[in-house]
This record gives sequence, structure tokens and C-alpha cells, in this order.
Amino acid sequence: MVQLNLPKNSRVTKGKVWPKPQGATHLQEFQIYRYDPDGESNPRTDTYYVDRDDCGPMILDALLWIKNKIDPTLTFRRSCREGICGSCAMNIDGLNTLACTKGMDDVQGVIKIYPLPHMPVIKDLVPDLTRFYAQHASIEPWLHTTSPQPGTEWRQSHEDREKLDGLYECILCACCSTSCPSYWWNGDRYLGPAALLQAYRWLIDSRDEATGERLDNLEDPFRLYRCHTIMNCANTCPKGLNPAKAIAEIKKMMVARQV
Amino acid sequence: MASSQSAAGPATNGMAYPIVDHTFDVVVVGAGGAGLRATVGCAQAGLRTACISKVFPTRSHTVAAQGGISASLGNMGPDDWRWHMYDTVKGSDWLGDQDSIEYLCRNAPAAVYELEHWGVPFSRTEEGKIYQRPFGGMTTDFGKGIAQRTCAAADRTGHAILHTLYGQAVRNATEFFIEYFAIDLIMDDEGRCRGVVALKMDDGTIHRFRSHLVILATGGYGRAYFSATSAHTCTGDGNAMVLRAGLPLQDMEFVQFHPTGIYGAGCLITEGSRGEGGYLTNSEGERFMERYAPSAKDLASRDVVSRAMTMEIRAGRGVGKNKDHIYLHLDHLDPKILHERLPGISESAKIFAGVDVTREPIPVLPTVHYNMGGIPTNFHGEVLTKKNGNPDCVVPGLMAIGEAACVSVHGANRLGSNSLIDLVVFGRAAGLRASEIVTPGERHAELPKDSADLALSRLDGFRHATGATPTAELRMEMQKTMQNNCAVFRTGEVLEEGHKLIHKVWGGKSDVRVTDRSLIWNTDLLETLEFDNLIAQAVVTMDSALNRQESRGAHAREDFPNRDDVTWMKHTLAWLDESKAKVDIDYRPVHTYTMSNDIQYIEPKARVY
Repeated sequence: MVQLNLPKNSRVTKGKVWPKPQGATHLQEFQIYRYDPDGESNPRTDTYYVDRDDCGPMILDALLWIKNKIDPTLTFRRSCREGICGSCAMNIDGLNTLACTKGMDDVQGVIKIYPLPHMPVIKDLVPDLTRFYAQHASIEPWLHTTSPQPGTEWRQSHEDREKLDGLYECILCACCSTSCPSYWWNGDRYLGPAALLQAYRWLIDSRDEATGERLDNLEDPFRLYRCHTIMNCANTCPKGLNPAKAIAEIKKMMVARQV
Repeated sequence: MASSQSAAGPATNGMAYPIVDHTFDVVVVGAGGAGLRATVGCAQAGLRTACISKVFPTRSHTVAAQGGISASLGNMGPDDWRWHMYDTVKGSDWLGDQDSIEYLCRNAPAAVYELEHWGVPFSRTEEGKIYQRPFGGMTTDFGKGIAQRTCAAADRTGHAILHTLYGQAVRNATEFFIEYFAIDLIMDDEGRCRGVVALKMDDGTIHRFRSHLVILATGGYGRAYFSATSAHTCTGDGNAMVLRAGLPLQDMEFVQFHPTGIYGAGCLITEGSRGEGGYLTNSEGERFMERYAPSAKDLASRDVVSRAMTMEIRAGRGVGKNKDHIYLHLDHLDPKILHERLPGISESAKIFAGVDVTREPIPVLPTVHYNMGGIPTNFHGEVLTKKNGNPDCVVPGLMAIGEAACVSVHGANRLGSNSLIDLVVFGRAAGLRASEIVTPGERHAELPKDSADLALSRLDGFRHATGATPTAELRMEMQKTMQNNCAVFRTGEVLEEGHKLIHKVWGGKSDVRVTDRSLIWNTDLLETLEFDNLIAQAVVTMDSALNRQESRGAHAREDFPNRDDVTWMKHTLAWLDESKAKVDIDYRPVHTYTMSNDIQYIEPKARVY
């Protein structure tokens, strides 16, 4: 029989409403996805109230405040807290972004937080990114050269170096890939925007000498061509990069080498 | 949406914590710049190498390094590794070991070219060479001119290097153990390191790694302080493992405050912003650094600039409502230059201070940034201890590199951009040494019977901790104490109080409460293990600072304002005695000789910028 609903254990139930901090006047309400891998119960959303006068301005500040003062079991990844390590990527107010660079003031009303969409969840806001990392590794993210290495640096002109801007800054946070409907449906075979942005970063590097092999590696109905220019990737990227454009450039290179 | 991962079965095979055993030639703990470079080196030498990390490699804190990596390439004008060495010795306030500093500076250019060949997207000069910018304390011709020695990839150099090194590690088919939390070293009766015990974070299994060599590349412990540029994960886990193994840490009193952390948020604004022409002003709009460092001005060494800023604020010339910070001006610079060379900090200033750098100054404050101290090593990366009067006694089977190590090349104060070069030069050195002392596939002796006991007892103890004080509360007390009592300026009185307070926090450990009892991604438990690591280092730092009665580099004692080379030109060694709750202090002589005859020992003199 055709199943039209989500599997039963995926339905998110209403969770606990944690008490409001005493004496606080400036409260912000949060609804946060919780999943406990030890029990049999369904995922739930817990409600927390954060005292804005006792807390920094960013969403990550609020998560840390909750963890430190209300509920130490709330689980999420974090490290640099300045938008460069890519650990705290999550779905905030319907948009994938970094908790550390998203201000609470940027959200109207209740702030709803879920893990990155369509990834297996290990616990609470921690998704399993194993496949995402494997896809990144599959594009061979290192410089391929065959010419004899110079004694000093490879020369690269200003113009050639500029071609890497908007590409090398990727922090592998996975916001883009997990916002892409095409990646949701075909994530096992479509490489997704993050890996393809990285692929283009090496393809366009004037020092790299494996353009043909790199393109061969992407010449496949799924790996590259499942991008349907939906553009969620570019809309969601917390670093302001444009993976869709990089993918389009790869497609152009594919055509150009056939003419 | 939720995956159906089964919980680690308690009491599997009659054991509360099932143990998975691994055997490798080398185990590297940490996957930042140093750890990855060492991993690649060991793998290339044919050694079976594992790299364990509590975060995915590109999330390591190397990723946040901004300004650049120093090497005397001479792309912008004449340069010489000897000049770089002179600057580093002077920057260290003569506490650095000059044989190690020579090793660092003369191997720096090759290390940078190697990174470039691996694909680091360095910014370029008009000729297409690696772009180099001025940085604090970096001079030409032994202090005569300003050097442009710091190789940069815009202001995201650490990010560019870390991602490239990760690519190389993947290329060399490294066996990564990602999101494994290393708990403790395995030491045998003869004092040899035999491996490490780690917790796999996503299923709670214990993994025992047996190896001929463990290389600790676990970084610094900036999170012992309340306000640090360091990431939340900078908890110095390797340093603490070394203390628990009964080995000393060196020069822990030397904590670097970066002059320009964003006021409030603590996020880093690179020294490269001053390298590109930025300057600091006080509430009177004065460029006060001209008074404190007449020739280097805003590009004096970090300890000098941080002290100057603190003195301005103390004199009532701070800016802002509470007159408690300083302004960093970039608004006079060409927006095109800002866009090309400082795009990352322009973005950070916008997000964390609400400042448009092309129009307004950035509010900044000296912020804890780097630990010069750490695990004592020689320039091969081998860990040293003092035993039977020998101050250079090698601990077999154990190495340390990167910020975790104290080689010591940074001495009492590190120069900006000398940390990234430290990572790759000594990461490479560790790989070379490993290939000399370990034969691939060599037979392993049996592990001691109690090899996992220390790790498991600590893990289990904290997991079931039912005290009254949540970890976060103890951590906050520690951080506040370090911030208040072990800061830019120190006095005997303040340190004495700090000593009492920090030992009290340390004692509070027995009353800690952990709420999460799970074994799957239990960050409550992990933060408690990290706190246990941090407090050990905080105690050692405070007591070492109280003990050193002089001012040198980052250690500024107002009651002992001068450097005292006769009594104090020596490294502090500090052991932690957990059972007696005290710190034991001894010393190692500074190496007053160079590695080769290509340069003479640089004699101590007054340090003026």
C-alpha cells in the first residue's frame, strides 16, 4: 500500500515547555527540535525562554545560554563562534544558516530551530554529515600538477587569483546542499552545491593541470546535472557565495570542451 | 527524519564500556594545521597513521587564523631568515630557545612553498608571486626597517591553509577518526607513551589506540579565560593529558593578549589590519602608540600594544560609554584595498560590532589569544621532561607540536604570523622524526593491563557526577578568575588572590553535576571533561605566574617591572600533583646556542620597539 505520510517515528511531537527565567523582563521564546537517540520516542520540539538582558545578541549565544542555565542536555555543534569553522549550521526560522552569525533581532516572533534538513539526525541539532564529507572528498580537493615543480611558488596573476574569490571561502557548513530539493531527492548520487562549488574552485585554479580528468569525473547524469537552478543554495549561503553560478560554469566548461 | 541508531549497550560482554582496539604505527591527536601536516608527513613516510579529532578537521581553530604566515621569501624587498630569527628572538624577550628558532626561520620559506604547491590560494603580487604584508615586530636588517614577511591569503590565511592541508590528508588516504574525543594517554611503567584512549562521540564506544608514537597537536587553552578569540573547542586537552601523565608543562604563565579583539564579542580582528595601515586611537583621538613605541608604533609586538592600550584605558582615555575600550581605524584606507585584503574582518566588524569599516572605527580590546606555554619539546617535536638533573630528557613515544607545544620558539611573547609557520614547520619536523624512529609495521609490545583505567574511571566518574554545581557554573568561575587575576598586568597581591580562588574552583570539581547520562553525543559530559582539562591548566598558569618575579614578554608584573636575566632567564616547568592539590615548580635553562654556525647566538639586550 502506498504510504502517504512520513514514517511514524519521524513525526515531531510537542515537547516540554521549560519554565521562564525568574525576574526576566525581556524574554525571547525559542522552539527547538529535540531528538533523543537512546529512547524510542519521536522527535519533539521543546520551548525555552531566554533572558535577552543576560545573553549575547546571536542565536548561538542563546543556545549556549539555554545549555548553561536551563537544560545542559540540549545538544548542538559549535566551535569558532565567528562564522569561519562552519560547525553550528542549522535551520533557523526556516533558513539554513550559522547560529553564530545570525542575530536574534533578525527573526520576528518565536525563533524555531531545527537541524539541517533531510540529513540523518544523530541527536537534537546534530546531523550526520558523513556522506556530505565523502562527496567533498570525491572531487579531489587538492592541486593536481604534472609539470616539474618550481623551486619557489607557482606564479599566478592577479586576474587568475581573482577567479578563486567567491569559491575558496567555502566553510563546508552544508547549509547549501541541505537546502537543495534536488539534493534531498538524489543526495546519494547528486554531489550537491557544496561539493560542486569546490570542484569548480579547483577547475578554475590556473595552477591546476587536471581539468580534463576533473570534468570526466563529473560527466554523469546525476553528479553534476541534477542542478535545476532552484537557487536555494545561493539564497541560503551564510558566506554569501553562489554555488549555483559555479555549477553553471562547470556546465559551460562541459559544453565548451565538446565543441 | 531521525535515524535509528542503536544506543551503545551498557554492560556489553560484562563491561560497562565496550572497548574497540586499534593498532597503528603513529597516532596524531588533533587535526588542525600542525596535526594535519604531521599526519601527511607520517603517511608519506609509509607509517600507518591515524588522526583523531574531536571536530571535523576543517573546524579546527587554525581555520580562524587571519593575517598570514611568516617566511623570509623576500617577495616584497630584501629579506633573510637571519632577520626573521632576530625578530623572533627579540619578540620572545630572550626566553625562546635559539636552536629551535633557527630551525623555524630557516625552514620557513620551504614550508610556505610546499603549501603553495599543495594549492593554498595565496594573494599575489603584480609579478604573480605570493603577497606578503607587514606584521608586528617583523623587521629588516636586525631591527632597522619594516619587513613585509607575512604571506597572506587575503585575511583568511588559516582557513586557506587548513582546507588545503585537509585536502592533502585526504589525498594521502589518511585514516581519520573524526568526532572522537581523546581522554587520556596510555603510559607504561618505564614512562613510555604507548597510545591513547578516546571516546567515539556518536555511539559512546571506547577506542584504545596502541601505537609506537603519539603526536599531540591539540592546540591551546584560551577558553580558560572569560574573553578569548579562541574557539569553544580550544580547551588544551593534550596539555592536560600530559599533566595527568605526570609530566610537566612549560612557561604556562605566558598568555598572549591580542590587541584587537572586538569589544564585547571577543572575535579576532587581524593584526594585518594594522599591517595594511590601520591605527589605534584613544578618546582624545590620539594615535597613542607613537608614545609607547616611537619607531614601530602600531606595529610593535602584541604584548607591547596590549599593555599600551590597557594603560590608556586606566588613564581614563578609553572610548565608549564606559571608557573601557579603544578604537581601531581603517576608515582612511582605500575601500578597494579593504575589499581585496581585509574582506573577512570587514564582515566580522559588521556582524559583531555593527560597524562599517569604511566609515567608522572598530571598538577593540586586548583579548586572550594564544598560549606561548605548553608541552616542552625539542625542535624535532619530541616531548621533554627533567629527570635526574637532565633538563632535556626525551619522553619516549610522545611528541607535541603546534600551540600545544612549547618548543620554545615563541618564548615569552609570540610574534603575529609566527604561529602558522610554527604549525607547518614543526608538523613537518615531527613527521621526519617519526620516520627516523619508527619502522613501518614494527611489532607492538603488549599494553599494560590497566591501560584504559585512568580514562574510563574519569569518564565514568563524570558521567554519573551528581554534585550540586553544574559544569557551566564552575567553568564561569574559572574563566572570571583567570580574567580578573591573571590578565595583561599582574601583581603579587592579585596573583596571590587568584591562586586561592583558582584552587578553590579546582576543589569544586568534586561537587560537579552532569545532567545528561547518555553516551551518544553527550556534550554535557564532554564539556565536563574539557572543564577538567581547562582547570588543570588554569591552576598551573596562575601558580607559574605567581612564581615568576620579573616582567618578560607577555608576563608583566607591576611589582617586578624589569626583566631579570640573571635570575629568570629560564623556562618554568610545572607539574600538577592532583592528590596533594598543588603545583610543583622547577626550571630548565634556555638554550643559549644556535643550531648551526650560520648565525651566532643573539645576546640579550633591552627590548625597545
